Amino acid sequence: MSVLLIAEHNNKEVKPFTLNAITAASQIDQDLHVMLIGSKADDVAKFLSEVPLVKKVLHIDHEIYENYIAENYTAAILKHADKYSHIICSANTFGKNLMPRVAALLDISQVSDIIKVISPDTFLRPIYAGNAFATVKSNDEKKCVTIRPTSFEVAETTGGSAEIEKIDAADQTENTKFINREEIKSDRPELGTARIVISGGRGLQSGENFKLITDVADKLNAAIGASRAAVDAGYITNEHQVGQTGKVVVPDLYIAVGISGAIQHLAGMKESKVIVAINKDGEAPIFSVADYGLEADLFEALPQFLEELNKLNTIQK
Amino acid sequence: MKILVAVKRVIDYNVQIRVKEDGSGVVTDNVKMSTNPPDDNAIEEAVKIKESGKATEIIAVTVGEEKAQETVRKALAVGADRGIHVKVDGNIEPLAVSKILKKIVEKENPDLVFMGKQAIDDDCNQTGQMLAAHLNWPQATFASKIEVNDKSLQVTREVDEGLETIEVNTPAIVTCDLRLNEPRYASLPNIMKAKKKPIEQINASDLGVDTNPRIEHIKIEEPPKRKAGIKVASVEELVQKLKNEAKVI
Repeated sequence: MSVLLIAEHNNKEVKPFTLNAITAASQIDQDLHVMLIGSKADDVAKFLSEVPLVKKVLHIDHEIYENYIAENYTAAILKHADKYSHIICSANTFGKNLMPRVAALLDISQVSDIIKVISPDTFLRPIYAGNAFATVKSNDEKKCVTIRPTSFEVAETTGGSAEIEKIDAADQTENTKFINREEIKSDRPELGTARIVISGGRGLQSGENFKLITDVADKLNAAIGASRAAVDAGYITNEHQVGQTGKVVVPDLYIAVGISGAIQHLAGMKESKVIVAINKDGEAPIFSVADYGLEADLFEALPQFLEELNKLNTIQK
Repeated sequence: MKILVAVKRVIDYNVQIRVKEDGSGVVTDNVKMSTNPPDDNAIEEAVKIKESGKATEIIAVTVGEEKAQETVRKALAVGADRGIHVKVDGNIEPLAVSKILKKIVEKENPDLVFMGKQAIDDDCNQTGQMLAAHLNWPQATFASKIEVNDKSLQVTREVDEGLETIEVNTPAIVTCDLRLNEPRYASLPNIMKAKKKPIEQINASDLGVDTNPRIEHIKIEEPPKRKAGIKVASVEELVQKLKNEAKVI
């Protein structure tokens, strides 16, 4: 049987994590179909059909899908679920919201947030904020799985020519209404996919002081992250939070500034390739995961850091 | 309006987890246990709604072993009116918990069910959505703001792109984010009072729900350790290392 991946998109573009989920799904079974539930999203359908790992695109086009509502998506997925051995999506706020609703109605015990496909029924997933790894085997006949996007490569997006099959919409819920979405537009790379991330914590002491972080981020073309403490304190908005209940990032370089390194924060960044910690408390737990630790006052160190970067002839982008 | 709040007993968030050597799980003996943090936000929100006069009763429910009752007792100490403890031993998956909670909802007929968005032990993030599915109720997940209207809620949700606002008709399920509110501490007099509040005990087996796990835990192991890093003496040295040694800038 084939596997079914649910695409995340905004009717114009597919969201990048769908491409990581495609890689994971194709490791479960190569006969991978992608379901696109949207409104006037023909461009997205075409894009997905050109992803070489995708064997078929199921396209549901109806105005009720202009905004993503889990209840409506679930009804659409259930109409086609019987043909598939696995239903898969990314374990970000999109998939976390959607998949359990689908799984419950199929009477499946979902496997959340996998970081490795061991076999079509056995997966590796982090538990306890990544402080333990569990190898789990699903004994349900059909499986619902969400994928930690940063643990899988981005799929190639050109060269494929999958068939696009138009399928019917399902019923619309009357009990949930989309009101609005406040997206903060930024020219910076996205936190989840950036090559370099620089994050600030409580040590920044104020929202204004985050400018020290943004200046360095601009220089390095980095995304900006934050600890939960910094978000709770209102220094920066929620979509920047890295950690167990925020985003998981795996950049080539992660720079933690004024972050003590609570277990919950480490859960979101400790798989990064190179970790730098700048903190004036030499005993801070963040140093235990840092490749390079600098014990210093961030208010002195960050301007110096920028100055040193400015001296370099070239900076990798 | 009646609000049911589901709470879970987990290893305290400050405890450094230790994996058992035989790969069967993590060490829980003599380890501090607490209420799952976002479940505290769920209770707090229910109490605030009751204090504003919009709710009449708060019921705290937990599913778990004998000691799970402590989390219900704590919820009673911060303002829940009565408790329900569904007793079940051993590992229980979100799917089974959601089926048990459905039975409790059918018995109690709440207008709202609140719970944390995810438990910090298994990190599944499933139970609320599954309960909503079983009941065919709307779901508002990852809530950071809740506005209670007559027959609906306006909920602001934390999503990857920022904030999203939806309106759901009641009855509804809300899963709570840590930023929804600041949970209060129980005062000593309220802890004493909570001891007199009733907790109904129900055996999961009496509810007719199959709680057998569908997922086998083959092995629990420690994640690969990072190799020890170094401390650099200056910003200059740091930049030089990043450029020439790590080659990341």
